[in-house]
Amino acid sequence: MTAPLVVFAVGNPSRGDDAIGPVICGRLAKWLENEKLGELVDLIEDFQLNIEHALDLQGRELALFIDAGETTPAPFIFEQISPSTATSHTTHALPPQGVLQVYRQMEGCEPPPAFVLCVRGEKFELGKPLTTAAESHAALAFELLMSLCRKPALADWRRGVNSTLSDSSSI
Amino acid sequence: MTYQLETAQHPEKLRRVAIDPVSRVEGHGKVTILLDDQNKVHQVRLHIVEFRGFEKFIQGRPYWEVPVMVQRLCGICPVSHHLAASKALDVIVGAKRLTPTAEKLRRLMHYGQMLQSHALHFFHLCSPDLLFGFDSDITKRNIVGVAAAHPEIARRGVLLRKFGQEVIRVTAGKRVHGTGSVPGGVNKALTIAERDELLKDIYHIVSWSRDAVHLIQKVHTQDPGLYNSFGIFRSNFMSIVGHNGDLDFYHGTLRARDDNGKLIFDDVDYQQYDKYIEEEVRPWSYMKFPYFKSLGREQGWYKVGPLARVQNCDQISTPFAEHERKEFVDYAGGSPMHAPLAYHWTRMIEMLHAAEVIKDLLHDDDLLGDNLMVEGERRMEGVGVIEAPRGTLFHHYRVDDDDLITMANLIVSTTNNNQAMNEAVRHVARRYLHGREVTEGLLNHIEVAIRAFDPCLSCATHALGKMPLAVELVDPEGQVIHALSRA
Repeated sequence: MTAPLVVFAVGNPSRGDDAIGPVICGRLAKWLENEKLGELVDLIEDFQLNIEHALDLQGRELALFIDAGETTPAPFIFEQISPSTATSHTTHALPPQGVLQVYRQMEGCEPPPAFVLCVRGEKFELGKPLTTAAESHAALAFELLMSLCRKPALADWRRGVNSTLSDSSSI
Repeated sequence: MTYQLETAQHPEKLRRVAIDPVSRVEGHGKVTILLDDQNKVHQVRLHIVEFRGFEKFIQGRPYWEVPVMVQRLCGICPVSHHLAASKALDVIVGAKRLTPTAEKLRRLMHYGQMLQSHALHFFHLCSPDLLFGFDSDITKRNIVGVAAAHPEIARRGVLLRKFGQEVIRVTAGKRVHGTGSVPGGVNKALTIAERDELLKDIYHIVSWSRDAVHLIQKVHTQDPGLYNSFGIFRSNFMSIVGHNGDLDFYHGTLRARDDNGKLIFDDVDYQQYDKYIEEEVRPWSYMKFPYFKSLGREQGWYKVGPLARVQNCDQISTPFAEHERKEFVDYAGGSPMHAPLAYHWTRMIEMLHAAEVIKDLLHDDDLLGDNLMVEGERRMEGVGVIEAPRGTLFHHYRVDDDDLITMANLIVSTTNNNQAMNEAVRHVARRYLHGREVTEGLLNHIEVAIRAFDPCLSCATHALGKMPLAVELVDPEGQVIHALSRA
């Protein structure tokens, strides 16, 4: 059975703060198991997004993309996104908006409502661990993420847009 | 085979155009073009950064970790590194000959990887250029543009890639970070249910792959003036070839030919690769420049990948792909084709071959066997070679008595193609940029040449905001007089 919420966690665990997505994904998997919420959420971890991820949006009520960002305001941003063709020059790694656009064009209908949780990273060097700052940003983002997964409903998530830790309890 | 345009005589007096990084190519790469006041091209270099760091990253690790670790080299073809490392470590654990089940499962995994990587490359990386033209509106020149204008082509690209990834998932255990291949064999056989699930789709996959060959053949042959000459340079070429000279992506011996197709060496055991290949360091690039020792650095460089493989083998073992190979060879007119855009045609022939091999393997009951591992006399050194989607891939390791890696040397496909890519870029720069104003469309011609080789650059760091494309014009005094950027 398809879970109503799909969470994409993106990044390379061996490249410094690019591991933010996989690290959060690992924590989320354990937390969902402990909270017995696993049936509500499908977790998909990958090095990068690509067009086949559009197929993973089929039958969902909500989608969330978790990634590291180099220029993202610290500690993170949480925002709703729309399909778009003009957000990247690269097809080796589609941005989340591009994945939504591929879904729209393949399926002939709108994709499920989708959000990005982009966590500020500082250094992306090979073989380096998460920086202290990224650890801190990821921890704050995870607080919000737990709130989101407890209430996977569009209206609640929209209220959480632009959240920081201090107001994530309002979701 | 000289190095014209590699180094200008007076670079301090020239304008600098930088494309950094190359768009639609994974990781970090940079093209610098030095122009004079009349926009004449004096120096062109493709810079590739950071790859050597991974060898240091591996040293000191237990050898059995390596097949999993090396997948983090590349987000697009992790299976190739997974298998090349496993093959090198097979030698170290004394596994001279794998069980039939283990070898066929690894082959299935690898051919699934070839299928999905070639589908991604053709349908999502290059078809925008091929279907819309190199100077088309940049906002349409990506996969989203292809999906809008050619929905069935785009859909097939997605489903071909998805199928290849399913093959990887059932053989490697996971779609990414797989653990299926281990030194001495594999740790998981296929179940009947997994095999039957793949069998349901494989006939569509073969059919769509045939269509893809015919599509690129049509695109190529309709405009021979462009496709037979764009970025062209002559060079030696190399690949492994299998039993009886068959095209083989998983195992074989090294064969190299000169630009006329004459054999340079053949039937070489790749454990001895360093007797035939030297790697040169140049001060302006982090990536080495390999060449054949017997010919020297100026005459000995070569290209690898689909265009080399399809012309280096004697035949292809599957019927549809062999038919298409003969069509290609006939079109080339009896001598090797060197046009970089012919990589696309040969890449699709290889994708068709991969699909046919997968079909045959899925009908082979050895895939369901339970004899998965062998071992033998422990050795201290091993070399693994595989034909990765972008070309020949070498993994070479030494281990100590504590099973720790003491030396790692990787020659990845992109390194093998380093000089060849530089030559293609120089040709395009000379042909299309010389004496003209630099526009986005013209710069895209440079990228079209690079994308034909599909270089895997520093790989798999993709964080949002991490891959902008910047173009800078710098005057002889070093001042930036014009800049373009797209993120």
